[in-house]
Order: sequence, then C-alpha cells, then structure tokens
Amino acid sequence: MNHERRFQKRTIFLALYLLFALLPIYWMINMSFKTNEEILSNFSFFPQQFTWANYVRIFTDESWYSGYINSLIYVAINTVISLTVALPAAYAFSRYTFLGDKHVFFWLLTNRMTPPAVFLLPFFQLYSTVGLMDTHLGVALAHLLFNVPLAVWILEGFMSGIPREIDETAYIDGYSFPRFFVRIFLPLIKAGVGVAAFFCFMFSWVELLLARTLTSVNAKPIVATMTRTVSASGMDWATLAAAGVLTIVPGAIVIWFVRHYIAKGFAMGRV
Amino acid sequence: MSTTTKPVNQKAWFLILPVLLCVAFSAIVPLMTVVNYSVQDIISPERRVFVGTEWFASIMRDDELHAALLRQLGFSLSVLLVEIPLGIALALAMPAKGWKSSAVLVVISLSLLIPWNVVGTIWQIYGRADIGLLGYTLQQIGIDYSYTGNASDAWLTVLMMDVWHWTPLVALLAFAGLRSIPDAYYQAARIDGASKFAVFRYIQLPKMRGVLMIAVLLRFMDSFMIYTEPFVLTGGGPGNATTFLSQYLTQKAVGQFDLGPAAAFSLIYFLIILLLCFVLYNWMQRVGTQKAEVEQ
Repeated sequence: MNHERRFQKRTIFLALYLLFALLPIYWMINMSFKTNEEILSNFSFFPQQFTWANYVRIFTDESWYSGYINSLIYVAINTVISLTVALPAAYAFSRYTFLGDKHVFFWLLTNRMTPPAVFLLPFFQLYSTVGLMDTHLGVALAHLLFNVPLAVWILEGFMSGIPREIDETAYIDGYSFPRFFVRIFLPLIKAGVGVAAFFCFMFSWVELLLARTLTSVNAKPIVATMTRTVSASGMDWATLAAAGVLTIVPGAIVIWFVRHYIAKGFAMGRV
Repeated sequence: MSTTTKPVNQKAWFLILPVLLCVAFSAIVPLMTVVNYSVQDIISPERRVFVGTEWFASIMRDDELHAALLRQLGFSLSVLLVEIPLGIALALAMPAKGWKSSAVLVVISLSLLIPWNVVGTIWQIYGRADIGLLGYTLQQIGIDYSYTGNASDAWLTVLMMDVWHWTPLVALLAFAGLRSIPDAYYQAARIDGASKFAVFRYIQLPKMRGVLMIAVLLRFMDSFMIYTEPFVLTGGGPGNATTFLSQYLTQKAVGQFDLGPAAAFSLIYFLIILLLCFVLYNWMQRVGTQKAEVEQ
C-alpha cells in the first residue's frame, strides 16, 4: 500500500510538470490557428475563428520555408562532423593517458564559455576572409565550436562505462583498431552516440546569434527569418506562432528516433 | 574524466587531432582578434591607438558592471538550485520502460528544441495579463502580476522561463545516467533492506555523478551567458532588473560602438566563467573521487 501511495505521488508530480511544460507550447499552438486580430483582441482557450492561413503562408512563401531547409542542412552537416571527429577523441580520452590530456579536455570545454556579443565581429571577419560567409558549411563549422566539446564529453562518459578488457580481447583476436572501433565498439556505445547526436542537433538548431551573423540570403536559417517578423510593422504574432510550432517538429522526430538510446542509458553491465 | 590508471600512449594525440583542428579554426583567430581590440582605441578602421590596459582598468571600476555581475551570479545560482534538483526528481519519476517512457521523453524534450528567440516570444505572450494564459490566470486569482512593470515579477518570469526551457536537459542527462545502473545493484539493495533514500544516496546519486557534472557545468555556463530569451521577453527591464551580463555587454558593444572597452569586457567575462567553471569542475571531481574511495 505504501508502495502504491508513493507511486501515485510520483505520477502526480510528473503530471504536474508535464502540464507546466506543455501549457506554453499549447498556447503557441493555439495562437498559430488564430488571426492576428483575434490574438490581440480577446482571451480564449480555443481559436474562435479557426484558420490555417498562417501555415499556408509559411509553406507557400519561399523566404519562409527555405529557412527550414537551410537550417536542416547546416544542422545535419554539423551533427555529422561533430560525431565523426568526437568519436576517436573521446576514445583517446577514455582509454589513454597522454601529455596534457586533462588540459586539452578542459580547453575544449572553455570554447563553450565565450560570451557571443563581441565575438560575432571577428567571426564575421574570419568567415568572410576564407569565403565561407552565407554558406551552410560556414554555419556548420562555426557551431562545431560548442558542439564538438559537448559531444566529446558525453561520448567519453559513455565509453568509460565500457570495460577496457573488451578492447584488449579484440586486439588479441587480431582486430585492427578501425575494424574493432566500427564493428565492436560502436555498437556498444550506440546509446551514447544517440544522446550526443540529439544534443548536437538541438544546440545547432536553436542557436541564433552566430547563425544570423554568418548568413544573409543563401543559407539564412529559420531562426533569423523569424526575427524579421519581430521587427516588421507591429508583431505578426500569428505567423510567428505557426513558424515556432514548425520549428519543434524536426527535433521531435529526432528525439523519437533516439528515445530508445536514452532509455537504455549506458551500455555498461550488459556485457 | 575518470582517474583510474590508464596506459600511457602519446599516439593518442593523433586521435584528438581532428577535434583540435576543427575547434581551433573557430576558436583561436576570433579570440586573438578580441584580445587585439581590447588594447586599442578604435576611432575608425584606419585610426587605432594602442591604449594598453586602460580599458581593463576602467571596466574593473564600472559600478554598473558590478551590479550586472551580482545580478548574474544570483540568477545563475537560482537556476542551478531549482533546475538540478527538479531535473533529478523528474528523472526519478519518469517511467523506465514502455510507450509511456517514450512519450514522456519526447514531451519533456520539446522545450529544448524551440529556438531561443521563440522561447522569449512564447513567454512574452504567455505572461501578458490580457491575452496570455499565465498572466490572465494570475490576474484572475487576484495576484497583481506584470512582468513589464514590476521588477521582481520580471525576474521571476525570466527564472521560470529558464526553468521551463532547460530543466529537461538536466532530466534527460540524469535519466540516461539512471538507466545505466544494472538491476543487480537494486536487487542487492533490496536484500539489504535499504531504504528508498539510501538507494538514492548510495547507488543512484554516485552513478549519476558523471552526467550531473555535465548538467551542472552546462547549465552554469549557459545561464551565465543568457541573452536572447530575456532580451526578447523583458529587454533587460523594468529598469535594470533583468539586465544580465550579456545584455549589458551588448548595450556597450552595439549601443555605444565602444569596441575596445567591450572587447576588454568580453575577456574579463570569459575569464570569470572560466574561473568559476574550473572551480566547479575540480570541486565536483574531488567530491566524486572521495565518494568512490569511501565506497571501496
């Protein structure tokens, strides 16, 4: 009985949090089906004059929907590069001692700590000089600055959960390092790769200042397109809300794919 | 990083070389450029005067900056004190298996995936007394709430927005850590008749140490640099109530076109974050190893 009561308390707590988490999002969804006049004129839980117009505008206006495509392209490039370079590095940190390892590890993290405001200008100059302005690759490379350290860190944690005997046995069995890494090690840390991929995707997807500074037309991300609405004559709340709802969708799909990895946690103890 | 004995292998440097190249490309040149700005008076792109440490000295004496720094420390501390325990509690309350687990994971992650300027916009509407659910409800139950007029309301709204936005990050990491604990540990605890609290204190918490360290440091540095969300929500006001460091820095750099002082400010700002993260990192590292020794 005691157990049951505790279970109920947990469920109530969880339900309350989910309510707290969902209400602001519901309010945005609610707004996205209203007209601007209705949003500003009265308070209502449901749209009184239900309209798809806001979504139609986004899907038919190229300056809107190309923002989503641009964002998805650079986020995908960023996630792939981040994981590709972070995997061997995380392995090195988790398995070996080498000169300056702790310092390099902490130095990597310091790259997440630079306040963006003033750094935007040198970024702009650097990327103009090397000809990466307004390209998807440019934004993807700039976002590596905060995603690579995080990916290394998360993967290192997962890898340290795998006993070293596994590596040693594989080498004795005659596996080369690349073959061992891809065939044996990678499947063991699938969960970590999933979690790291989700975080890289997320941080790159929501970042505004760098992405806006480094793009103008060809690679303009959706987050920058949305600031345009803010500065237009008055606020186009309705379109902004619809665009906001659509920004959640790709991430929700990604989390749906990696949910099993997160739920499985570290692979430790399974072998 | 764990401190157990690992074989020495200098060739491991080759494995981290790609990471170094990628990060250094975007890290070193901008940083050196900012250092360069910080010691010059930039009158126009052609006319620059070397001024040495003058900007640093004037920044250190800036009272407004001290006030912003204090506000920032108070805010970041509040963020950690609310989000870390709440995130752990959430991870403990989340169903471990089945479709419910998947559904909860997806739902709580939603707020993380919203671009930061949109987060500000959502709360801007949500908190309005005439058309927003939160503001309207508070008004109806008789609380005189206004995030644009009242300083403490504004501060609380920014904090609540941050809790709403980022607690899921802590929860996700803590959840991943919890799932890594083999069932055998729980079975052993059950045989010993360990209480729920003992299980948490001696099994779950130590096993979550690694992920919690990531969570604490990430939340600390990101909240210390918070910019976009309060900028959209309150614009730093009313008065200076929600003008955190980044906001103040941007006012200086963009508003007044003072590139030199702003660069000096950035570097001091960076060093403060670096120092505090270093202290936190070492402290958590030490707490962890001591605990591990006790366990053995």
